Amino acid sequence: MKYSSQMVAKPYFIFALVLLAGEILFGLTMSIQYIYGDFLFPAIPFNVLRMVHVNLLIVLLLFGFMGATYYLIPEEAERELWSPLLAKITFWIFLVAGVATILGYLLVPYAELAQLTMNELWPTMGREFLEQPTITKVGIVVVVLSYLLNVTMTVIKGRKTTISIILLTGLFGLAFFFLFAFYVPDNLVMDKFFWWFVVHLWVEATWELILGALLAFVLVRLTGVDREHIDKWLYLIIAMTLIAGLAGTGHHFFFIGAPGYWLWIGSIASAAEPIPFFLMILFAYNMIKNRRIQDDNKMALIWAKGTAVVGFLGAGVWGFMHTLAPVNYYTHGTQLTAAHGHLSFFGAYVMIVFTMVSYAMPILRGRPHGNNAKAQKVELASFWLMVIGMIGLTLALTVAGVMQIEMQRIPDAANAMTFMDTQATLTAVYVVRSLFGVMVFAGLLTYFASFFVKHEKVAA
Amino acid sequence: MNKTLSIKEPYPPGDFAIWIVVYIELLTFGLMFIGYAFSRRADIALFNTSQLALNQLSGFIDTLILVTSSYFVVNAVNAVKNARTQKIQAANNLASKWLLAAILFGVLFLINKLLEFSAIFEQGITLSTNTFFMFYLLLTMFHFMHVSLGTVILFNIRRRSKQDGYSAQDSRGIETGATYWHLVDLLWIVLFVLIYIIR
Repeated sequence: MKYSSQMVAKPYFIFALVLLAGEILFGLTMSIQYIYGDFLFPAIPFNVLRMVHVNLLIVLLLFGFMGATYYLIPEEAERELWSPLLAKITFWIFLVAGVATILGYLLVPYAELAQLTMNELWPTMGREFLEQPTITKVGIVVVVLSYLLNVTMTVIKGRKTTISIILLTGLFGLAFFFLFAFYVPDNLVMDKFFWWFVVHLWVEATWELILGALLAFVLVRLTGVDREHIDKWLYLIIAMTLIAGLAGTGHHFFFIGAPGYWLWIGSIASAAEPIPFFLMILFAYNMIKNRRIQDDNKMALIWAKGTAVVGFLGAGVWGFMHTLAPVNYYTHGTQLTAAHGHLSFFGAYVMIVFTMVSYAMPILRGRPHGNNAKAQKVELASFWLMVIGMIGLTLALTVAGVMQIEMQRIPDAANAMTFMDTQATLTAVYVVRSLFGVMVFAGLLTYFASFFVKHEKVAA
Repeated sequence: MNKTLSIKEPYPPGDFAIWIVVYIELLTFGLMFIGYAFSRRADIALFNTSQLALNQLSGFIDTLILVTSSYFVVNAVNAVKNARTQKIQAANNLASKWLLAAILFGVLFLINKLLEFSAIFEQGITLSTNTFFMFYLLLTMFHFMHVSLGTVILFNIRRRSKQDGYSAQDSRGIETGATYWHLVDLLWIVLFVLIYIIR
């Protein structure tokens, strides 16, 4: 560790992983409800579980990105963090606000939570991913602003690199687009537009910049390839991300009451969206091929390659599968969407957090050359358990999606099965999905176990 | 017998990254062209009638402008690449003049296109008017954005040539910019024929 203030990243990483455990547990519980509809009912109904599942995802990724940034920025700027204290305060505020909100979801009926938090003063609740009470949203803004202030001041006062500038651009974009969460138009179509301005422009534009910057940082450190070379790739990926990602918002405007030309804009632009993800694979493998140093932390490099490949599969391939309007006409909102959502979030964003954790945590724990071979072996097992588990889960959901489309969507109104009848026929597939979910959880536990593999001290 | 020694030209010219951009652009525009072709086939009468509202002369002038500007860019690249016998300063000076001419033609294209768009909008035509106009507006506006970016790129390589930044040995930057400009030109030629001419 070059700068002591990088240490503030540690609690962020740990809490992100704890939240991931919660994320998977709630997901597993929900997957059981797909098989036994009244499982845990009425204690935790499906809609509450789902809300917790998607909200935890956002919060854990934000914690992961914050930790990654606090670790990365001092090294890139070649100076201590502007205010480590602020970073610590932000951590606790975010943790308390996050936990309180999740508990609110679980313990109080949603309508009551809205009343308790005086949603009527500025109504923003009730939209998927953005269910947080307005007061929590204000809290998120405060936390993100203080985080941005801290990071920006560090960059301004220190060395400016392409990686830090692109990361900052992504972070500012993240903060800016979240502001649309405060605007809920009465018109349903407009409401969807503004909702996608947050959700889509996060995951398919600004977060991709963050992903690109974090991946580039790890590759610079682990491969020793010239920055000039890495920067060029990064610019190309970022340009493609922004062009395809911004216009690609159009693929969310299909069949929601928006004009028909969105079918064309959305289809064509989103057909280009897999390109930056494919470039990321080329980028990662190219850098590794041309590496000048052999780092002992092999796992970080495996995660880096993994995030590029699984991100491409989940976001690129599974996204493209149903992004063209004529296909989406049948697949909209089926389990195929869930398949895409799961693999893309895991591949692109959860795995980049793992990449950063696997790279930085050993250093933060006083192991500059990475964990010992045994710990890395355990971590490798966890990598495959999670990756195979997620791919299996995605394939199961894909099968469920295709069956759902066949039974519920393609036949005409007279012959189509109802939603619930269709779901009932998919039980066997949902069992397979749950088993792969268990595998993912086992992978995470194995990952945790790798932290506790004893590190033998090498005699000097 | 004299044997001429030739230096092997690096292939492809310009930065490798620009060729990735070129292929991605060709793919994206290609998808739109295919989409246009299929939609046209479904309703040829509508496309033929709607096409009459377009100003073919203006489109032809646009084509001449872009092809000419591409010629200017070729001259700029040649000036720098053949600079072995000349002084670098003179070559860069010449290149920057050719580039200025190309930029001016680029701006001329943009102005002409804006006039064309305003005439179209005055007729009350929008993206929702019909499938032909949706394609016409999407393609020409998307291309317009490319010409705008291309003009900025030309402006930047001109700035470097004004600082005598290029030589026969170091012409990658100017070749990269030129490649992009030729791409924009090529796309327009296909677009012009497809949308303005073919009936």
